[in-house]
Amino acid sequence: MTNGEMLQTIWLTLWSSALAVLLIFPATVCLAWLMARKQWPGKTLVDTLVSLPLVLPPVATGLVLLKMLGRRGPLGGWLYHNWGFEIAFTSKAVVIALGIMSFPLLVRSLRTAFEEVPVRLEGIARTLGHGPAYVFFTVSLPLAKRGIIAGIALAFARAMGEFGATIMVAGMIAGETNTLSLSIYQLVQTGHDQDAIKLLAVSVMIAFMALAISNKLSNRKARP
Amino acid sequence: MSLRIEHLKLQLAGVSLQVTWSFDQPVTGLYAPSGSGKTTLLEIIAGLRKPDAGVIYLAGKKLDDVSQRIHLPPNKRHMGYVPQDLALFPHLNASQNLHYGVQPADDFQSEWLEKIIHTLELSPLLHRNSQKLSGGEKQRLALGRALLTRPKLLILDEPLSSLDERLKNRIIQYLIRIRNEFHIPMIYVSHHKDEHHLLCDELLTIEDGLLKPHPIN
Repeated sequence: MTNGEMLQTIWLTLWSSALAVLLIFPATVCLAWLMARKQWPGKTLVDTLVSLPLVLPPVATGLVLLKMLGRRGPLGGWLYHNWGFEIAFTSKAVVIALGIMSFPLLVRSLRTAFEEVPVRLEGIARTLGHGPAYVFFTVSLPLAKRGIIAGIALAFARAMGEFGATIMVAGMIAGETNTLSLSIYQLVQTGHDQDAIKLLAVSVMIAFMALAISNKLSNRKARP
Repeated sequence: MSLRIEHLKLQLAGVSLQVTWSFDQPVTGLYAPSGSGKTTLLEIIAGLRKPDAGVIYLAGKKLDDVSQRIHLPPNKRHMGYVPQDLALFPHLNASQNLHYGVQPADDFQSEWLEKIIHTLELSPLLHRNSQKLSGGEKQRLALGRALLTRPKLLILDEPLSSLDERLKNRIIQYLIRIRNEFHIPMIYVSHHKDEHHLLCDELLTIEDGLLKPHPIN
């Protein structure tokens, strides 16, 4: 593997992970806030469904995605036949797989972050004449900020290390879908252990930094 | 004051309330043991909690009517609520805390702001970190923040409980000035009858979940 190919793999993994977390962020914020603050019918069911990718084998989640997004799948087929838009075995599938696998982790982190914001402060903000949306953006979100950033770092680290779902729905296409973890696997399979170890070192370094940020913010958040 | 509560009921774990009362005096004191439901009642009046049954009016306007599923949200009740822990926003400085309730669309009069700042002597605090203020300073800031919204009713839940005697005596003078100069009706909760004696026109207590008059002296 040339240095250029390695850099391409690292770059693909970084931007795919970042884009995946960015795309799921608005939905995870809404869902986490609803989970933390409201009681509604079906809450437990939604919580369980959202958490499924955490406990299902990642390849099983990948298979579900492949069946949905493949050319013969309901969504993938519709997109392909109507718009000529192909998802499976492209970099789009990588982003979707990383997003789906990081989704439950981010929802859980954000939910905890919102639960740690005193309800009392939100209530007092309401008595000062502001509606729920204004209170959310001026009280809940700023006070949950550290937990939110920690959650983003954790979700990013999770996306970086994703393997099973990605290989199912995106395959191993060099320069297109080969993320760090897929490349490491492929290099070991083809006997290029030295290159695999180099990518391993990069993976460890990035994951360590993301986790360190997450832990630092979580610990600071926990202080009284 | 024109707060009227009719047939209000609330049953929570450890708290049972049944209240019918017309708050006609400018300042009503509430004196009751811990766990009797004082704060719960105040939260219902402020709209932070829904009662199981009953009707609440303020200045003739219906705020709650459980049978008709009416529950005006806290932001539309025009009430200032200063809880025991003051609930200052830790991420905002003192000035931002004070101005939090000012609506951009308000016909905001700087005279009102100046009167509050002057009465509560808030000027020296405004650019400081709200978390680094002393207990008395935080108390004045929380009072100012609630007053700035021009509330029709000011609810003060044990506002002096965390202060020492010297500070208590100082803050109570500010409360007397608020009563005399701002003419905003108040509900004042405290465990100390001397505070009620100085501030309140009538005193109520909660006994076995029922709101009852109590001698002020």
